[in-house]
Amino acid sequence: MKQILHILFISVFFFSCSVDPEIKPIIGEDDVKEIVPPGWPAPVYTYSANILTADGFTLGRTLFYDPILSADNTISCGSCHQQFAAFAHSGHDVSHGINGLLGNRNTPVLQNLNWNPTFMHDGGILNIEVMPLAPITNPVEMDETMTNVVAKLSSSGKYKQLFTKAFGSDLVNSQRIFRAIAQFMGTMYSYNSKYDLVKSGKENFTTQEQSGYNLFVQKCASCHTEPLFTDYQFRNNGLSINVVYNDSGRAHITGAPIDRYKFKTPSLRNIEKSEPYMHDGRFTSLDQCLEHYNSGIVVSPTLETQLLSGIPLTPQNKVDLISFLKTLTDTKYLTDSRFSDNNF
Amino acid sequence: MKNSIILFLASIVLLSCKKDVIIPPEPFPELNSIDTTGFLEIHVDNMVGNLPLILGSTNYVSSANDTFNVNIYKYYLSNVQLVSSNGLTYTEVESYYLIDQSNPNSLHLMVKKVPAGSYSSIRFLIGVDAPRNTAGAQTGALDPMNDMFWGWNTGYIMAKMEGHSPQSSEQTNKIVYHIGGFEGKDNALRTVNLVFPNSANCTQNHTPILSIKADLGAWFASPNFDNFNNSNVITGITSESSAIADNYANMFTVTSVVN
Repeated sequence: MKQILHILFISVFFFSCSVDPEIKPIIGEDDVKEIVPPGWPAPVYTYSANILTADGFTLGRTLFYDPILSADNTISCGSCHQQFAAFAHSGHDVSHGINGLLGNRNTPVLQNLNWNPTFMHDGGILNIEVMPLAPITNPVEMDETMTNVVAKLSSSGKYKQLFTKAFGSDLVNSQRIFRAIAQFMGTMYSYNSKYDLVKSGKENFTTQEQSGYNLFVQKCASCHTEPLFTDYQFRNNGLSINVVYNDSGRAHITGAPIDRYKFKTPSLRNIEKSEPYMHDGRFTSLDQCLEHYNSGIVVSPTLETQLLSGIPLTPQNKVDLISFLKTLTDTKYLTDSRFSDNNF
Repeated sequence: MKNSIILFLASIVLLSCKKDVIIPPEPFPELNSIDTTGFLEIHVDNMVGNLPLILGSTNYVSSANDTFNVNIYKYYLSNVQLVSSNGLTYTEVESYYLIDQSNPNSLHLMVKKVPAGSYSSIRFLIGVDAPRNTAGAQTGALDPMNDMFWGWNTGYIMAKMEGHSPQSSEQTNKIVYHIGGFEGKDNALRTVNLVFPNSANCTQNHTPILSIKADLGAWFASPNFDNFNNSNVITGITSESSAIADNYANMFTVTSVVN
């Protein structure tokens, strides 16, 4: 009798403490919120049809870091999107996908994606939900079909649980996959840099950062518009044509000659951590980027007219600008465990 | 009919006896015939000229006298509208169908919730309307798993044909046409309007069958198409793809309406 009581006691203990030992609710509902930081415009994508939940976010995060999305189960989204590099690919001008195959463009940072009207350097993708389709099916990235992805996930006990928690049943389909990833990637907000704290009156720029900011507003902000530090437009910023790729950029999508060699203005948030730079990753330092605008502009028919005479910068200007650009580093974002790999 | 009358009488009795009771509409069948709905069935016969389309090794001859075979043939029909004999239009909601010659089931469409009535023509879009192209992840006929969605340049492939022709200078003599684009001057959206030879009478208990023929030969006819030597692979949104859309906009004819 005593033993039975003992067992009963133990089981009560178990029931109350570990409801679901398989998948811990590491992410709580309070951790996943749709936000618009003060002073920011309304986002392009909202969760009106794709209801944002902690379980949806958790499923999206699990998929993001799972190489099961690739044909030979070796490449995950996280392979080329590293958190410490603001989800760019540190040290890689272009990235290597399945079988070591190389792409032809630099991995872009991932942050504040719900404000993106378009995706990719050429703006070819028009909705965050279908964004993952491109890398999953690209022969030099993950080289997989959605049919196979659905089949692999459907036969996984772990994913049956995750889909049930996120969507109420263990049905796996492409829409659920894409929506879960959109819940994860879309709520990766970076808005806690020193710049943000200065703007909200909680910190002050140093004298050098302030002079860099003044230069930025004067010389850079017409394209790298605050507060997201991009206007999402497509421009030819005077790079010489990379003969290895001969990438026509925006014209690849529109077919229009006036769009040749134009690429989307990238955000400068976390720019300190996301080297190398430019659509083909040709520059490895911020100084090289600034020197390009100072002395390296190549004039061509589609060059951005604001850059016809370059952007004259003294060595001191460059140092000051870089000092300001480093205030856009959001350490909290780069180390936030909600966005880290949870697949181990 | 007899049942309806009984129910009708019963509801009159109920209504007259208990004036204050609001009768929920759900449990009662609709009494007014205009409010009842049925289905319209559509049979699609994909042909090349007067020959039935058979995927694989069967050879056909284009109007430029090029020989070709067909391995893949798929296209979207969407936004189906039926125009009644008295001029009213029924617009089906969530109206998206993927015709896929390799899937016989896809050649039979069931237009749903058609108000009972007599219909004299049908209108539909070849392709997927612009808003749905950018609306994010879709399911069913619009699921990207159907290989009719461009990953690198958001948008549906409205119609797809792949095969071979000895006249094609491409590797393996392939011919590939992925026709898409939902906006701009080269968009591939085309509206088709087909008048019925006799009216289709749709009731709750009777489903008329509309048979339409779709002639793949129209894709490759003059004046908008030259021959497989000059145009063998079209996978972008260009004046060439738009010209093929102009051609296939004319490929449908009504074979029969059977009541």
